[in-house]
Amino acid sequence: MRNGVKTWLPGLLLVSPSIVLVGVFVYGLIGRNVYTSLNVTRNIVTDKIVNPGGYRNYTKLLGSDDYQHALWNLLVLTVVFLIGTMVMGLLWSVLLEKGARGEGFFRSVYLFPMAVSFIAGGVVWRWLLSPAQGEGQALGLNQLFIKLHLDGLQNQWWSSPSAFSMAAMAMPAIWQLSGYIMALFLAGFRGISDDQREAARIDGASEWKIYRHVLFPQLSPIALSALIILGHMSMKMFDLIYSIAGPNSYKAMVPATLMWTQMFASNDKVAAAVNATILLVIVAVVVVPYLIYTNRTEQEGR
Amino acid sequence: MPHRTLRSAALLAVAGLGLAACATGGGDSAGSSSTSAAGSSAATYTPKSGGAGGDVGVFTWWAAGSEKVGLDALVKLFKEKNPNDTFVNLAVAGGAGSNAKAKLASDLANGNPPDSFQGHAGAELSDYIAAGQIEPVNDVFNALGGESVFPKNLLELITVKGNIYSVPSNIHRANVVWANPKVLSKAGITSTPTSISAWIDDIKKVKASGVATPLSIGGTWTQVQLLENVLISDLGDAAYKGLFSGETPWDGDGVKQAVNDYKTLMTYTNNASDGDDWPGATDMVIGGKAAYNVMGDWAVAEFTAKNAKPDTDWTWFPTPGQEKVFDFLADSFTLPKGAKNADGSKDWLLLVGSADGQKAFNLAKGSIPARTDVPASDFPAYQQAAMSAFKSDAIVPSIAHGAAVSLAWNTDISTAVSKFHASRDANALVTDLAAAAKKNQQ
Repeated sequence: MRNGVKTWLPGLLLVSPSIVLVGVFVYGLIGRNVYTSLNVTRNIVTDKIVNPGGYRNYTKLLGSDDYQHALWNLLVLTVVFLIGTMVMGLLWSVLLEKGARGEGFFRSVYLFPMAVSFIAGGVVWRWLLSPAQGEGQALGLNQLFIKLHLDGLQNQWWSSPSAFSMAAMAMPAIWQLSGYIMALFLAGFRGISDDQREAARIDGASEWKIYRHVLFPQLSPIALSALIILGHMSMKMFDLIYSIAGPNSYKAMVPATLMWTQMFASNDKVAAAVNATILLVIVAVVVVPYLIYTNRTEQEGR
Repeated sequence: MPHRTLRSAALLAVAGLGLAACATGGGDSAGSSSTSAAGSSAATYTPKSGGAGGDVGVFTWWAAGSEKVGLDALVKLFKEKNPNDTFVNLAVAGGAGSNAKAKLASDLANGNPPDSFQGHAGAELSDYIAAGQIEPVNDVFNALGGESVFPKNLLELITVKGNIYSVPSNIHRANVVWANPKVLSKAGITSTPTSISAWIDDIKKVKASGVATPLSIGGTWTQVQLLENVLISDLGDAAYKGLFSGETPWDGDGVKQAVNDYKTLMTYTNNASDGDDWPGATDMVIGGKAAYNVMGDWAVAEFTAKNAKPDTDWTWFPTPGQEKVFDFLADSFTLPKGAKNADGSKDWLLLVGSADGQKAFNLAKGSIPARTDVPASDFPAYQQAAMSAFKSDAIVPSIAHGAAVSLAWNTDISTAVSKFHASRDANALVTDLAAAAKKNQQ
């Protein structure tokens, strides 16, 4: 019995501060948020019920046109952002993985955008993605197109009436995170021993076939991790969109920016809590299966 | 709508005090009635000479441009008059205060208020009053001179249940069209339009003369302000005020007409992004890329900063159809509940409300004093014109700047206008505006 205590007590004492901190500040606050999201609220001045309480708070928000618009924007943003970043990251890593001349230099160049904060990058991209068009009016990318005599390429970017306009908002995000994905893939390539390439070459495989059948399959765990990291970043993305589009922008509305409006402009804590809970569930739907999958493969590997 | 409540509450308080004054005797009635309108408390605050001492943290969104110059002028005066106090500038940048309000909301909710904060006088302040986050400043108001130095219609707006909660620092006019006279004469326009439809005809002439974007706009709130201007012109000042009291329907023919006019105007504007600030739009008028810009009269400071001369480089007129209407907004300063240095806050409020403070601040910011006893002769031509208009015109509250609607209502209107900017669907805008009114109206 005393032996038993000796084995588990020191370990428990060691981890207990972090269990308490995480319990209070992560799970405790999640619980509090969910509790808040179920409240009934009434506007004292107008004497109207703002939030009916319980599950109806959720059906109210999910049923509103604005929220569905925000979710659609989030879907467009996430899909374009994921595809764009993965393609660019993989392309750059393939270009660099063979030890090209000046590799260190290019690696830094590609990675640097990640060191810029979303807010600072957003201020520049707000100007680059200005919807103004025409000689003397255009700014940023549209002005560049005019200078290059490619006037037909001018567009309103994320302000355009198209339902897919949010794809333009993915551009700055792709610019910032492609370098990071490149670094992940590059590490993956470096982890594959040269013997395998040699063996494949001796067997008569072309370069393309080496990538297709030998190297890429071994990168799939990295690609999956990259997808999960990017996916949850995209869903939580707030600062970039806010610094580009400002408050109250309908075209650039995603659940995260809508939450800011609900909380600070409309002063509606309950709607903001409902929104936060829905976002948490969406992210969990993506992340939890991944965690289960990695746990299982790690156990199988032992 | 809060306005009506505020007004009737103010009237009730005045009536009640008037009766009380009569009951106690007629000898002092003149003196009593002058203090009664300024609030139920007749106490007058007496400041310590040289200031109360300690830090005085003042929260504003005056972080750049003419607004910062105005604040600096006030701070300089504050330091001269209150050598014991240390001024702490808590300004947060961002057009029309949208970023600052978010920071302020969290500070107030966390019980960590500044010693004084800037707020738009009117409906926007009622949110803080209802939440019990600011305290009455009747004693400061009485020390400043109360009703004898501040205009009555302004006091009606800021008096809630007999108490005054803020000291107004300045008045702005939001229904002004700024124009480039060179562009206008090139287009052959010689007279000032007096209705929205006549103005649209002029805009067409400017477009025909080779200006691609005759009317310049900025981010979402500048578009809300443009819509508000069209609403005032098409509805008239009385029906416009009825929008907030519930007497004028938001989905009626008047609003539909205004939204259609707004849609027409928007076809002659530049492509703006929702997050753009206002100076870009005003600069388009200076540079001749646009003929007109509807903006508050803080634009004067932008013209001055860019060395543009009045009458030759820029000219102004009230938005067509509003020759006798003053669309107003006012900035004011408050005493938050739980301020760490309440006496220091009052030193600040006394300075903001003083004739010297109002003159220094408004000369720099390009607005007009909220006090009526500041001589107009010291001000430039535009401000003199605005001061006389403020005394004689019908006064209506601004939507975009929080005088007419609460912050939540303003947010819903802004989202609807931002949506319209992309969709250009007039029917949807009317529906959204009506829904916003239904949700937020009393």
